[in-house]
Amino acid sequence: MAFSAGFSPHPKISYAGAAPTGVASEAEYLEIGVTTPCDPQRLRADLDSSLPPGLDVLDVVEASGGALADRLEGSSWEVRLDGVSPGRAREAVERFLAEPVVEVERLTKKGVRRFDARTAVVSLAVDETAGHDAERRAGEYQAVPCAILRMVVRHMTPAVRPDDVLSGLRQVADLAPPAPPSVTRLAQGPLDASGGLADPLAPDRGAREQGPAGGAGEEAVPAPANAADAVVGR
Amino acid sequence: MSVESLFPRLEALLPKVQKPIQYVGGELNSTVKEWDDADVRWALMYPDAYEVGLPNQGVQILYEILNELDRTLAERTYAVWPDLEALMREHGVPQFTVDAHRPVRAFDVLGVSFSTELGYTNLLTALDLSGIPLRAADRGEDDPIVLAGGHAAFNPEPIAEFLDAAVLGDGEQIAIAITEVIREWKDEGRPGGRDELLMRLAESGGVYVPRFYDVEYHPDGRIKRVVPNREGVPWRVHKHTVMDLDEWPYPKKPLVPLAETVHERFSVEIFRGCTRGCRFCQAGMITRPVRERSITTIGDMVEAGVRESGFNEVGLLSLSSADHSEIGDIAKGLADRYEGTNTSLSLPSTRVDAFNITLANEFSRNGRRSGLTFAPEGGSERMRKVINKMVSEEDLIRTVSTAYGQGWRQVKLYFMCGLPTEEDEDVLAIADLARRVIQAGREVSGSRDIRCTVSIGGFVPKPHTPFQWAAQTDHETVDRRLKALRDTLRKDREYGRAIGMRYHDGKPSVIEGLLSRGDRRVAKVIRAVWEDGGRFDGWSEHFSFERWMSCAEKALADEPVDLDWYTLRERDENEVLPWDHLDAGLDREWLWQDWQDALGEGEVEDCRWTPCYDCGVCPTMGTEIQIGPTGRKLLPLTVV
Repeated sequence: MAFSAGFSPHPKISYAGAAPTGVASEAEYLEIGVTTPCDPQRLRADLDSSLPPGLDVLDVVEASGGALADRLEGSSWEVRLDGVSPGRAREAVERFLAEPVVEVERLTKKGVRRFDARTAVVSLAVDETAGHDAERRAGEYQAVPCAILRMVVRHMTPAVRPDDVLSGLRQVADLAPPAPPSVTRLAQGPLDASGGLADPLAPDRGAREQGPAGGAGEEAVPAPANAADAVVGR
Repeated sequence: MSVESLFPRLEALLPKVQKPIQYVGGELNSTVKEWDDADVRWALMYPDAYEVGLPNQGVQILYEILNELDRTLAERTYAVWPDLEALMREHGVPQFTVDAHRPVRAFDVLGVSFSTELGYTNLLTALDLSGIPLRAADRGEDDPIVLAGGHAAFNPEPIAEFLDAAVLGDGEQIAIAITEVIREWKDEGRPGGRDELLMRLAESGGVYVPRFYDVEYHPDGRIKRVVPNREGVPWRVHKHTVMDLDEWPYPKKPLVPLAETVHERFSVEIFRGCTRGCRFCQAGMITRPVRERSITTIGDMVEAGVRESGFNEVGLLSLSSADHSEIGDIAKGLADRYEGTNTSLSLPSTRVDAFNITLANEFSRNGRRSGLTFAPEGGSERMRKVINKMVSEEDLIRTVSTAYGQGWRQVKLYFMCGLPTEEDEDVLAIADLARRVIQAGREVSGSRDIRCTVSIGGFVPKPHTPFQWAAQTDHETVDRRLKALRDTLRKDREYGRAIGMRYHDGKPSVIEGLLSRGDRRVAKVIRAVWEDGGRFDGWSEHFSFERWMSCAEKALADEPVDLDWYTLRERDENEVLPWDHLDAGLDREWLWQDWQDALGEGEVEDCRWTPCYDCGVCPTMGTEIQIGPTGRKLLPLTVV
């Protein structure tokens, strides 16, 4: 484990684009600085066994250089809206997508901030199969409809979060879910031309296959020369 | 009968509360056992928020010891913040453990550790949220035994009405003994129900069951006597003392908190007990005699605890850590072992002694040399004689000069205000002392860039100490003296800017005084405060002096006593004190003599190095002082 220099050293860990509190995630990424080369799979197993149940370390790769955060260009989200019918959700989504700009407000530590929630949205749709399924499933018990949204949102400043998109839906189409939405981040990574997300660790995996040559950092050099990228999911 | 996890219902509430992570559990080294594989189940509570409660040593030790037992499980529960409390009430979610999120009411025992009396209202919240009747007398066969421990349990009378039982002293062995009594009773098919179980616990003499004792009062409000109300219950209940701490090297696997907590380090108790004899110090009086852990066990515990937890700070804990007979070798040995690593060492609670600078230098090899803390406690030489804190002004100046001379830049000094016999000039003497500290520091360091912080707390007389008979100083006097001190320091052009002062107003100490030396009648006040919304009384943002005052006035209206009677009144030698039937081992006559010696400014030596002065503990409890040196050393660790 590498530590920062200075008066009070702290472990070198950087979290790239952490999901907001109260949101589930299957794709969180972090970088860990290490002082000596270590087997990524052993690191994965050790970290995984130290974390609380539900926090699973899925993969660890040796970093090949470059900032991980720069590769996380966008996120794919699933938002379950209990009490909202898929039809109603579809209508709101269409109206949202038809707008060039949708200004929303969010309360931040510095007060109320106003920004555009539309431009960052690469894609937004009601998941028809899942929606129907959920509706049928829910219908069997209590006839509560349920809509499932899927969206890909580009990481920008200020960050647009799924709840900002929901604020936008409320604003353009009065969509007001009766229950708190259940939000899950499904993936993060580089955005491809078709609006999909690629594996952000692909360059590191490539470097590993080529072997340690090319300065991938097998030597015991002090931090921050070595880094491991970990992907954590829930 | 299995018990369902409350987590799905709790999880739905978590997005709406502050710091939800504190309720999630699953920390490294936490334990979840199958409910049906255990027949005795403990819920262990620290009655404050997770961030304060998680690091608590007592809870961590008992949690580990109980979970090591076969067919026994222990889980932890902490006080929930008012935001979650409101949501739990709204949605009918009961008090839960953070380990498996099981309802507290389903356990056999709810063991609550009270380090301070200010957790009493939080006990009531937890009971109420659990669905356990507040009054022990109203509980049924399905309710857990509500058991108090910790230092405040040496006078549990103010909460006696809410407790089924209390335990005095070290918890390791008695927790196991209680477990076995419960197991046997359950195996036999719970004969005689709850009453018989409590009777079996009380008969042993090691568990106090308040309902088996009646308190009789004089017409003027003083206690006439406390008397067992049934056959087989001992007149006095004794404290527990673990001998040979090397046999109890806990915690072995320290809990690693998920949320930020007040202490983020692995603490190793290097000894228990203290015989310095500071008269204000309840901890020093009730934890006698001194029992050291050996240097090698300490070394092993540090090594294993760091390996199991990943903490990068280790605290060597005790009431006066530099007093360990081999502290020099411990400090050097550990500093050698961890030199060049990210593991740092700290030594809380040290005395004013130049030797401590040597220790502090060892411990700062890996890191900063920023601040040192000493506790002269009393500002004037006279005051320090009254409290038996044997530190001369010359000692102090010599110590801080050494510190400043060796590169330390900041010295923090702890004092108390409102001590018995204290006059205004005793408190103002703190200013003189601080000025001399800075003056000496500037001389030896040749620098003006040095600071001294004076930190002052209000004194609260505690049970089982020589000051248990003393009148507490009223908060107006305390506040006036603190203000005079502050003004004196502010006016000082030469030194004032180098001296910082930290203090709290005297009001919370008055309530702490009521709860510390209260009797069973104080329960009415606690309940009234809780019903009026009192929570988290140890937190200044939640504590309401006005609420305590008005509730005390109303709740005690029909009694011949009031808040001042409990706090400001000096007791005489023959008055029956509410905790006289609870035996900390201290001879009452010795305590009274020590109180008289205090008034005469007479000092008492430490019995570790001078002959026994008959405080009574060792013969009463069948214990003895256990100290080194062992002559052993810490060897370098072999790196794996």
